[in-house]
Amino acid sequence: MGKRIGMEIALAAAEAAALCRPDVIAAYPITPNTHVPEHLSDIVAEGRLDAEFICVESEHSAISACCGASGAGARTFTATSSQGLLFMQEVLPIVSAMRLPVIMIIGNRAVSGPINIWNDHSDIMYQRDTGWVSLFAANGQETVDMTIQAFKIGEHRDVMLPVNINLDGFQLTHVVEPIFMPDQEEVDRFLPTYKPLAQLHPDKPVSMGTLGLPEIFNETMRAKNEALLNAKQVVLDVWKEWEQQFGRKYEPVESYKTDGAETVLVTMGSMGETAEIAVDELRKDGVPVGLVKIKLWRPFPFAELRKAVKGAKSLAVMDRAVSFGGPGGPVFAEIRSALYEEPKKPKTFNFIIGLGGRDVAVDDFIKMAKKAASVKKLKPEDAYEIYGVRE
Amino acid sequence: MAQKKWPEGWQEVNPGCMVFRPASARDYHTGSWRAKKPIWDNKKCIKCGVCFMFCPEGCITEDKEGYFTANLDYCKGCGICAFECWPGAIEMVNEEG
Repeated sequence: MGKRIGMEIALAAAEAAALCRPDVIAAYPITPNTHVPEHLSDIVAEGRLDAEFICVESEHSAISACCGASGAGARTFTATSSQGLLFMQEVLPIVSAMRLPVIMIIGNRAVSGPINIWNDHSDIMYQRDTGWVSLFAANGQETVDMTIQAFKIGEHRDVMLPVNINLDGFQLTHVVEPIFMPDQEEVDRFLPTYKPLAQLHPDKPVSMGTLGLPEIFNETMRAKNEALLNAKQVVLDVWKEWEQQFGRKYEPVESYKTDGAETVLVTMGSMGETAEIAVDELRKDGVPVGLVKIKLWRPFPFAELRKAVKGAKSLAVMDRAVSFGGPGGPVFAEIRSALYEEPKKPKTFNFIIGLGGRDVAVDDFIKMAKKAASVKKLKPEDAYEIYGVRE
Repeated sequence: MAQKKWPEGWQEVNPGCMVFRPASARDYHTGSWRAKKPIWDNKKCIKCGVCFMFCPEGCITEDKEGYFTANLDYCKGCGICAFECWPGAIEMVNEEG
């Protein structure tokens, strides 16, 4: 059996990745994810993990090394943040197009400029359409669990796609939390050895990363999209298995006190924990407010989301990124799309919050819930605001 | 020229577009891209082989007498051989039809 320990979440994520026995780890340090690869390099140096730790000269090289290693049939892991993730971007859609299950921790951080090392979700939102499975953890336990689950999801034959696990920089990466850490035997039982469909090996030649001419490109994009859509069922199955073995339940969209809720807050990442307290306080005062937390960002769980917010009169969607000149934050855009064809849809309002590490307190969620509840009719361009901006 | 058979539908695309048959790139005849083909005038050719060395497609070969020809299944008609041939023995001629 595993044990309950107090540990910094980035270190716990590294321990969880090590329990999955990766063959190759290639990473370049960047705040706030640094402790993940740093601790993994310690684990490899101590001899606790038999893996190749490649000290690369950049994030572009880190993801390229992972791509090559995964093509050779290795189980691979990397981690990054912010500018590092953006530097990887050129390779990210190639990894997914080549159907290589590279697993990556992203310690979410604002994208410069101005230069800012603190948390928001703009880094992953720039990479939204790269074809990776994207999970969002709300706390340390979810980070550990999702890291292990990610390997099983990504390596499944129906998926064969890279997976990123998003955890809020500092709010999660640098916080010590009590965590149930599974032991090696439990993880080995959950996660089988990686059996790739093909490996780059001279004994059985195979070409990967080939040219795709216009005559074939539409079909390859359709195939890639179908693979990502198929991933949802595998995510659900893997989470079911996880619940059976470890007793902790995961859902693409998690509801908190939504029964009879007229106003529903929608969050992604660690802010869901703070929003829960706000919901508790509002409920104490008899305000019918609930909370919906998104844990699976790609493929987006449209059906689950519609079900979770059914009956709500208004939604307050929280985004931690700006889509400049667009319809609001990226989560908001998804949710409006999900609800567009619904015969009875709630009013939707978007709060863009917590940019570049700005604190969002319980009181803020209470204010936003009350504002969303009082909103009457809105023009689309008035449907969002960057919350807490000083006038 | 043999036509490349594409996968009929997206379901037939190999995962990740992996190619499991070695050396199958030769089944694809890049010669179909060509608008002009190189014609050698062996009276001018000095058998230096500069065309052979510069051909980016590697489709120029030397015959028994030491003259050169292009395999038109793969020659894309780029004209580099004609440009580099300093005795001017290669002419790029429009493909007919």
